Amino acid sequence: MVDLELTFEKNLSIGQKIEPRDWMPENYRKQLIRLISQHAHSEIVGMLPEGNWITRAPSLRRKIALLAKVQDEAGHGLYLYCAAETLGISREEMFDQLHTKKAKYSSIFNYPTLTWADIGMIGWLVDGAAIINQTTMAKCSYGPYSRGLLRICKEENFHKIQGMEIVGILCSGTNEQKEMAQESLNRWWWPSLMMFGPHDTNSPNSSDLMKWKIKIKSNDELRQRFVDMTVEQAKVFGLTIPDPELKFNTETRSWETGEINWDEFYSVINGNGLCNNERISARRSAYEDNSWVRDAATSYKIKKNKKAEAA
Amino acid sequence: MSTEQNKNEQWEIWEVFLQEKSGEPHSHAGSVRAADKEMALQNARDVYGRRDTINNIWIVKTKDITATNIEDKTSFFDSTDDKVYRHPQFYKLPDGIKDAFKKR
Amino acid sequence: MHLKNDNSLFEYLVRLGDDRLILGHRLSEWCGHAPILEEDIALANIAQDCIGHATHFLNAASEVENKIKTADELTYFRDAIDYKNLLIMELPKGDFAFTIVRQFLVDSFTFLLYEKLQNSGNKFISDITTKALKEVQYHLRHSSQWVLRLGDGTELSHEKTQNALNILWLYTNEMFESDEIENSPSLKNFITKSSDLESEWENKVISHLQNATLKIPEMQTNYLSGGRRGIHTEHLGHLLSEMQIVARTYPGAKW
Ligand SMILES: [Fe+2]
Ligand SMILES: [Fe+2]
Repeated sequence: MVDLELTFEKNLSIGQKIEPRDWMPENYRKQLIRLISQHAHSEIVGMLPEGNWITRAPSLRRKIALLAKVQDEAGHGLYLYCAAETLGISREEMFDQLHTKKAKYSSIFNYPTLTWADIGMIGWLVDGAAIINQTTMAKCSYGPYSRGLLRICKEENFHKIQGMEIVGILCSGTNEQKEMAQESLNRWWWPSLMMFGPHDTNSPNSSDLMKWKIKIKSNDELRQRFVDMTVEQAKVFGLTIPDPELKFNTETRSWETGEINWDEFYSVINGNGLCNNERISARRSAYEDNSWVRDAATSYKIKKNKKAEAA
Repeated sequence: MSTEQNKNEQWEIWEVFLQEKSGEPHSHAGSVRAADKEMALQNARDVYGRRDTINNIWIVKTKDITATNIEDKTSFFDSTDDKVYRHPQFYKLPDGIKDAFKKR
Repeated sequence: MHLKNDNSLFEYLVRLGDDRLILGHRLSEWCGHAPILEEDIALANIAQDCIGHATHFLNAASEVENKIKTADELTYFRDAIDYKNLLIMELPKGDFAFTIVRQFLVDSFTFLLYEKLQNSGNKFISDITTKALKEVQYHLRHSSQWVLRLGDGTELSHEKTQNALNILWLYTNEMFESDEIENSPSLKNFITKSSDLESEWENKVISHLQNATLKIPEMQTNYLSGGRRGIHTEHLGHLLSEMQIVARTYPGAKW
């Protein structure tokens, strides 16, 4: 036993990936399952606020791009559920945790998409933040998660770029369109900062996760990178970041924001966002109301196998 | 019919191997859920082939894969460490013989 | 030389485009709500293909009318009465059985049609359908397999599939109605009359449905049609009001 633990730690220290059949501490496994399944849930719940606008996309080009983008998120969810399954939990168990509200997912998806500009904003900000998180996490120690993330990262770029294209076109469009973009940024800015999670000082699992290399950079570090990049991009768009306290620190050469409203963060995470109930019930009914479809396919296969045996 | 019994039966997990160009090896892409082979192939194509061109797909049920264990590592692989004579660098040739043909 | 006011080619391209657009729209409604994640991805693929085909056909329609209207204007600024898709495309997505049976009936038709149109004397039509045919062939493979699984799956799935078929069958005859547009002399070497596809479609579709243990609805006299003339079910108006709302709220805006 001691031997296995030593091998595990040695492998971690020399940057080797841990693979499904390798020995791992029980808590490493547990934390990974929690982390990967939360991430997977975020991808598929994340399909809903954007999917909400596929049928209303204002041009053929936008319609097909959005459809492809939301489809990618389904793919991401799938890669991640597969990665989690290698740790000994089934997709069904994970769905069950999501549907019974035992599992968490990124709180940003509990905010409503109210205008077309929100679709641009999500690509620019939400996918932008996700890229920062995911490219860092792709260096994590667990092989299947790391490989899944690499595949995901390759696909995310197009998400962000199509979002930025939407924002760019709105900002160079009519006055109404510019207002639409600004109003949307006002709603999405703070929730997107919350995507990086609580301050490091309030992040309960951080130190273990860092030790095991399933967390690589701290929440605040990643958030800062996002802020610095996004503030500059907003200037190019001609949009105003809705934060009167935002200021440039000439010493650190980075942008400092006002304080995030953490009451709102915890309230949304704990189920009190505008769309929490709709999101879960949409996922739930997609799964439960269609169980007959999955049963049909199983039953058809059994019949076919029987026929083949008899022949 | 055994509908009730099917209720909780999950579709099987299949591992997906993609070959991007003819002649290249198939490499592991990930996995999909499917009730049967045909569905597994189609799902593999839709999930892992949305962007890149693909020449061929293999699918195999995850449960049918046999792999070495971490415990096997020493006995399986370490023994190859000292078989240097399997590598061309192990052998010495007269100077200039490698380029002899080029210089012709 | 075409007669000056002969707009048959434009009309025909619009029909082909509208069929794909409206079907793709209905399929896209599944995104995020499919029975299993893998199927979310599959249906979204097919929907993208359909919307891609629609874009090509409507662009071509725009070209032949000297770009009086762009493909987007045709999509977002026409009323239901000017849409020329078959009625079967616009019916609400229903349950998964309804979606699959519709898809199978339409894929079978589209496959036969594009197979012929590949050889069209019109470059727009032959180019678009040659490329689209490969995709439609895959759609047909997908929907055919699901028809078997659902039809010959459980009692419940069989019942749902049969119900879907009973409704959808009423809309199948419309696919093969050749009207004055299809008979227009200016389209003579460009198109295949859809009435010529009927018997082959029937043979293939009926035998597959029977393999799936489904009963072919009794031949009826009350087949429904009208889409090609702009006479639609009430569903299309609602579909369009959703699809067009942003574009119409801000006319002249670019997106
Ligand atoms: Fe994603
Ligand atoms: Fe994304």
